[in-house]
Amino acid sequence: MPELCDRTGHELASLLRDGTTSPAEVLESCLARTAALDERLHAILTPTVDEARAQAAGAEDRLRSGGASAVAGIPLALKDVLCTSGIRTTAGSKILEPYVPPYDCTAWARLKDAGAVLVGKTNCDEFAMGSSNENSAFGPVHNPWATDLVPGGSSGGSAAAVAAGQAVWALGTDTGGSVRQPAALCGVVGLKPTYGRVSRYGLIAFASSLDHVGTLTRDVRDAATLLSGIAGFDPLDATSLPDPPRDFTEGIDGGVRGLRVGVVEDWLGVEGTQPGVRDAFHAALDRLDGLGAAVEPVKLPHADFALSAYYLIAPAEASSNLARYDGVRYGLRVDGDDVVQMNMRTRGSGFGDEVKRRIMLGTYALSAGYYDAYYGQAQKVRTLVIRDFEQAFAGVDVVVAPTSPTTAFRIGERVDDPLAMYLSDVFTIPADLAGIPAISIPCGLADGLPVGFQVMGALRDEATVLRAAFALEQDLAFDARPPLVAEVAP
Amino acid sequence: MAVPIDVDHVARLARLELTPDERERFGRQLAQILEHAERVGQVAAEDVPPTSHPLPRSNVLRDDEPRDGLTHDQAIANAPATEGGMFRVPRIVEQG
Amino acid sequence: MSAAGTATDVEAVIGLECHVELSTRTKMFCGCRNAFGAPPNSNVCPICLGHPGTMPVPNRTAIEYIVRIGLALDCRIAPDSLFHRKNYFYPDMPKNFQISQYDLPICVDGHLDVQVDGESRRIGITRVHMEEDTGKTSHAGTTGRIAQAEYALEDYNRAGVPLVEVVSEPDIRSPEEARAYLTELRAVLQTLGVSDVRMEEGSLRCDANISVRPVGSVELGTKVEIKNMNSIRSVERALRFERDRQRAALESGEPIAQETRHYDENTGATSSMRSKEFAFDYRYFPEPDLTPLEPEPAWVEEIRAALPELPAARRARFETEYGLSPQQSGVVGGQSDWASFFEDAVALGADAPSVANWTAGDLAALVNESGDGLGASKVTPAHIADLVRLVDDGVLSSAGAKAALAEAFASGEPIEAIVEAKGLRQVSDEGALESVIDEVIAENPGPVQQYLGGKDGAINALVGPVMKKTKGSANPAVVQEILRRRLARP
Ligand SMILES: [Mg+2]
Ligand SMILES: [Zn+2]
Repeated sequence: MPELCDRTGHELASLLRDGTTSPAEVLESCLARTAALDERLHAILTPTVDEARAQAAGAEDRLRSGGASAVAGIPLALKDVLCTSGIRTTAGSKILEPYVPPYDCTAWARLKDAGAVLVGKTNCDEFAMGSSNENSAFGPVHNPWATDLVPGGSSGGSAAAVAAGQAVWALGTDTGGSVRQPAALCGVVGLKPTYGRVSRYGLIAFASSLDHVGTLTRDVRDAATLLSGIAGFDPLDATSLPDPPRDFTEGIDGGVRGLRVGVVEDWLGVEGTQPGVRDAFHAALDRLDGLGAAVEPVKLPHADFALSAYYLIAPAEASSNLARYDGVRYGLRVDGDDVVQMNMRTRGSGFGDEVKRRIMLGTYALSAGYYDAYYGQAQKVRTLVIRDFEQAFAGVDVVVAPTSPTTAFRIGERVDDPLAMYLSDVFTIPADLAGIPAISIPCGLADGLPVGFQVMGALRDEATVLRAAFALEQDLAFDARPPLVAEVAP
Repeated sequence: MAVPIDVDHVARLARLELTPDERERFGRQLAQILEHAERVGQVAAEDVPPTSHPLPRSNVLRDDEPRDGLTHDQAIANAPATEGGMFRVPRIVEQG
Repeated sequence: MSAAGTATDVEAVIGLECHVELSTRTKMFCGCRNAFGAPPNSNVCPICLGHPGTMPVPNRTAIEYIVRIGLALDCRIAPDSLFHRKNYFYPDMPKNFQISQYDLPICVDGHLDVQVDGESRRIGITRVHMEEDTGKTSHAGTTGRIAQAEYALEDYNRAGVPLVEVVSEPDIRSPEEARAYLTELRAVLQTLGVSDVRMEEGSLRCDANISVRPVGSVELGTKVEIKNMNSIRSVERALRFERDRQRAALESGEPIAQETRHYDENTGATSSMRSKEFAFDYRYFPEPDLTPLEPEPAWVEEIRAALPELPAARRARFETEYGLSPQQSGVVGGQSDWASFFEDAVALGADAPSVANWTAGDLAALVNESGDGLGASKVTPAHIADLVRLVDDGVLSSAGAKAALAEAFASGEPIEAIVEAKGLRQVSDEGALESVIDEVIAENPGPVQQYLGGKDGAINALVGPVMKKTKGSANPAVVQEILRRRLARP
């Protein structure tokens, strides 16, 4: 009998409804796990124990009075780029170390209203820029499967916390793969919905046209449940989808018989793709075939250029989004003789290497004389990537690929080689450029480490993505647990 | 081949004070990243429209209705330095 | 040689950039009140303070206002326009970029006809675009001068106020024309009801570009930009100074630097601010947090149909309908508050030309020297209507009417009451005059003798004193008639 903190959200929801357990019990189970492991994982930057206990008590009342939502009383963790009123929000950066937002991001506001319980703000790469969580100003997160390995990034703290039972589920953000890649490396489920499906209001911007709020959960049903709790138009986000809120768990168990599944075969040849990853991916493909899906190859001719386009568009937008950190209104200030010197010192010592690199890259890409060759051209390539997907989805219902070319790698292994680090997002970036929904689920182990299987769908078609992922998940019945967890909860 | 970046000029535009070591390292790394990023130039896209949003929408506007903002205390609560209810900054010298 | 000596040999080429604060209830991108003069940082929220994670949503009324302005200036309303980010650091700008428009403004290719000494000139309007205002910086220190300031203080109440930029073609040829253009533009904006257009309060701000060239030459001279002019008069003075300075330079063959110059209200002179050799690099790119503007043609036509009568049309109507002179229609037909004042007075049954006389004459003089606008004056259309009626009925002499109007301007008392209280009623009743006239005859034997001696003109030397004793309330004609009767020559 697994401990409460290792259960899924939907299991706990029914246990809570029939009174078998209480929000307080579930919460204490998560807090105990954090007490036992977080020293070694460093997944949580700011625990919110007092708030959590108060919220658990509130959820208790809701449950008793009946009609509580599916997220009521379930312990949740939030990536520290999501603003929480009165609770320090750092974006993993020294420059925001003292920052306490005066407002809640929309996603958390909705869950809070529904009785969710916030256990803490999770560690992440600074301003969500990274694929290993080594870019956090407050130290790296360690992978629960092997603490000398990275959890992936940038939502590594959220992924590790869910994998380790410190939270039942969590929210992360995905700009180039930052929900799906850490989910893959930590053996959990990571869902990036359609661009605009979830409001970005209160999400500390990295690259506005690419930023998505996503979910990290123990299974696909939980992903659908948590998404249902945060999706829907927000008058505070002009780019949020006008679609009415709905229950994404509906039809999730419809199966894949006759589903047309496209495989991007070119990607399997990508150099640096680990053989074990390729094997686990193929094994999962066979399962889909066995379940009655029609697997066929698809081509995404411009996907080759997606990474290049991404590393112009994202830094360009970031260079502008991060200009507000100037030491005037909030956050760190390092003084100077005049305001320019103060700005430069504040930003020079407040930002880490990766953030500075990207700010400079983006500033350069937008500067006079280079716009057309860099940002302008990258936006055109983005159009071509979108057209590639439109063509693919004219022939298939979903497109599948490995989530990441490798399993979790060693801490420190890639820090001195930004380009090699960027390559770990090569399979996830295209879906961000196109804004299409995509999910990563564990499909097995390679050398004892989890491998992620990615399912991408057409714009707005989360339903088909979830249905395919659910069917595969049920069939694979992946139940390996991080050794660290097995150690504390035998 | 990537144009060598004028690191000092870009750092100034971006308001980043760099150490000599950073100047050297970033210059090298940015040239390397740009060389890869410049591959976008190999795509023939003259007649392709740029995409600034994956899901094109238009005219998303709000009504001219007041919403409660912050109290004055909340507004300056995070400020590194204030005076007379205003945000205090070092002297401003005309420059670019 | 004096500049004036060759005044006809060169002509100025002037273009104006005006910034207009719209009088919407709330700011451009957030729900904060758009109000002038509130305590520092009291009309602010996370959005207009540029807090991490916040996003802009445009104010529909502001968009309607700028479309009104564009239509009134005969612009084309673009079917598709975009917001861009203008990136530069300044502490009065919370995000360190301004949301503005770049290559796709909302309104383009318009014009404004202005009257300059009797003839009409058409000034082209290049573009009218939407942007957001900055906060206010006060430079603190021992001296008031920015250069010696020790530090600065930021108030963000104004940050995010809707700002419309109206850019003219370089069609203006003299400082006088510039004044006429600004006066007409202000009248149009006021008539549209979209702005308070108070230059002192900064709700209408103006920068000028000016170069000079020999009359007849077609190529342009070096363009100089002038800033910090806070009244229409100072714009005219600054341009005069700058035209003469450049003309002198031209004559003495000194080069004119392309630069930005600062206008000093006290000295009436311009001085070099910063040379343009550090070219600003604003790194414009499409604002990724906002969607394109595509005004529905039907909506634009609705706005067009609802446009009020514009100043030019109104002045023409006043001249034909009420027979006013161009000078009179200029005063009472230009600005909407004067126009409605005039028409209200006429509606009360008073003779239009006389109403125009008193309004454009004495009342305008009183209002101008008071320094406050017509709105602040205690004089109502009813005052003017009564005044005109009493003069026509011979109850008031014009001297008495002037006095009554001045008193009404001060106290706001009804004209009738003032006339009684001050005894301004013009006396024609002989009985009342006889005794006064007897006194005057007795006190002025000299003129009496001269008159009786046949010197007819001497009668005036007696009329005068009578008027004096009656404080001008006597009817001079009646006085003379009685005098002649009394001094009937044998
Ligand atoms: Mg402007
Ligand atoms: Zn605001």
